[in-house]
Amino acid sequence: MAKGSDFLVGIYEDEDVLLEGIRNVREKGVKIHEVYSPFPVHGIEDALGYRRSRLSIAAFLFGLLGTSLALIMQVGMMGFDWPMIIGGKNFIAFPSFIPVTFEFTVLLASFGMVGTFFVISDLKPWGKPKLFDIRITDDKHVMAIDLSKNDIKEEEISKILKDNGASEVNKKNYDDL
Amino acid sequence: MTSESVIREPLITGGKTLHDVSEDICSRVEEKPSKSWLLAMAVSLGALAIGAYCVLMLLWEGIGIWGLNKTVGWAWDITNFVWWVGIGHAGTLISAILLLFRQRWRMSINRAAEAMTIFAVICAAMFPGLHMGRLWLGFFWALPLPNTYGSLWVNFNSPLLWDVFAISTYFSVSLVFWYIGLIPDFATIRDRAKNTVSKMIYGGLSFGWNGAAKAWSRYETVALVLAGLATPLVLSVHTIVSMDFATSVIPGWHTTIFPPYFVAGAIFSGFAMVLTLLLVTRKVYKLEDYITIQHIEMMNIIIIITGSIVGIAYITELFIAWYSGVEAEQYAFLNRVSGPYWWAYASMMTCNVISPQLFWFKKIRTNLAATFILSIVVNIGMWFERFVIIVTSLHRDYLPSSWSMFYPTIYDVGVYLFSFGFFFTAFFLFAKYFPVINMAEVKSIVKATSEKISK
Repeated sequence: MAKGSDFLVGIYEDEDVLLEGIRNVREKGVKIHEVYSPFPVHGIEDALGYRRSRLSIAAFLFGLLGTSLALIMQVGMMGFDWPMIIGGKNFIAFPSFIPVTFEFTVLLASFGMVGTFFVISDLKPWGKPKLFDIRITDDKHVMAIDLSKNDIKEEEISKILKDNGASEVNKKNYDDL
Repeated sequence: MTSESVIREPLITGGKTLHDVSEDICSRVEEKPSKSWLLAMAVSLGALAIGAYCVLMLLWEGIGIWGLNKTVGWAWDITNFVWWVGIGHAGTLISAILLLFRQRWRMSINRAAEAMTIFAVICAAMFPGLHMGRLWLGFFWALPLPNTYGSLWVNFNSPLLWDVFAISTYFSVSLVFWYIGLIPDFATIRDRAKNTVSKMIYGGLSFGWNGAAKAWSRYETVALVLAGLATPLVLSVHTIVSMDFATSVIPGWHTTIFPPYFVAGAIFSGFAMVLTLLLVTRKVYKLEDYITIQHIEMMNIIIIITGSIVGIAYITELFIAWYSGVEAEQYAFLNRVSGPYWWAYASMMTCNVISPQLFWFKKIRTNLAATFILSIVVNIGMWFERFVIIVTSLHRDYLPSSWSMFYPTIYDVGVYLFSFGFFFTAFFLFAKYFPVINMAEVKSIVKATSEKISK
């Protein structure tokens, strides 16, 4: 988005009105910048046309990395670097390696996925959030519309929002957030 | 003919609005600490201080000042370790397994239960750490770190090492799971904060969360995948803890029933601890509309199920000992029931198997006082269970001349007290400065389950 562009901010009280509103506003040809909610709203991704998150693929790949590293470590240490006879078992006693391999897989899958989530969502300690309305984290849903990205006139968008359930419509500049 | 499905009892009562949820939970964080909180904090800090003295003495003198002897080389330390790890399991069960089963009643209790998990796992990890004597060398003994002995590696065939990996992974993953859930709630507190200090602190903790639909969509994926990972993880943790015993050849320990039996026991004691903590939190913070009698009843039902599983496991153990025809095994169990530690066995049986059966009565399982008392009784019973498994299997070994008893010293008690001091100090700090109920999740069910809809 262009720096310092103006936004129309529609405030919604109810998640079902919001979902209906998103569908209607998009049908009218208005491009929605983003919708903000105090809690996860069921079905909002479909209404906004978002693709399913691929974070689960990231988790799988990190998990695969964990499995491989754990096996390489255990086989390398016990089988090659310093082989020792323990309880008459083989040097590479595969069943014994399963618990550590499993734990390491889970550890890397979780941390890798959560780390990816933080990076792609720009979440970091003392990150500065851009809040279109302070009540987003309390009880209001907010639909933000970037005026510079829409060809429709401001007054018309404002009317579309109000006709589709927005309880108030405010104008805000991105730089003032 | 038309029929209407039965409308479920509302999970959140009192006709709360979204703003009421923020108000009820955040005001606990924002208000000045109450007198009762300060008093509770003083008591737990006192316990922590006395315990800290015992821990320092233990580190200075060595574990010889515990009551261990040549025959009973493991006693209260490992008992406490298993007990605390078990308690931790309820948090993950509530947040992960109930999420996978789409049980919405978890939403009011998962935050506090996960906090309990994290503190309980820290308490648990203390004991094997201290038992190593030289805590500061523990990293080299327990982790595969390069060292000057040619790099002599840790033994990956040992269940004790599996435990190191299991507990540390469990702790880290639980912490991350808990924190992911906290981020949106910290953002709520951040946006309500009046003074600069809380703005700074909660601004840092909330990671710049803005509630965007894209972020929520990812958040839900992360929560679901973490739940999917944490479910086998939590089952693996107590399985591996039980393998510390089950893979040995000590009569009384060498049993294949241990993994499921330990996992059921862990959930049993964990739910009891969740109830002990939440009944007090609910009362003090007036959370009756969020943690309803229905929630308490659900937890009591889980207690009766897992308690009965544990009961069956005890009886199976006895049967198999007899049926195996192995004399040493038979003696180990005969000694448990009727030997010098019969009182520990009897306490275990009474507290874990008999008294939870009272929850079959709806009157008792929906009664707060009865639930509170029974939840403490269950945890006493579960402590005795581990004591019975560990000490009574060891104290009469293969040579009658080396048979002995275990008598705890003040340092055994003191280190246990230290873990309690830590646990309650941490929990009280959590209850005061963190949102005790997952606001975002509760808000998502306020509309669907409010009384207005169902009436």
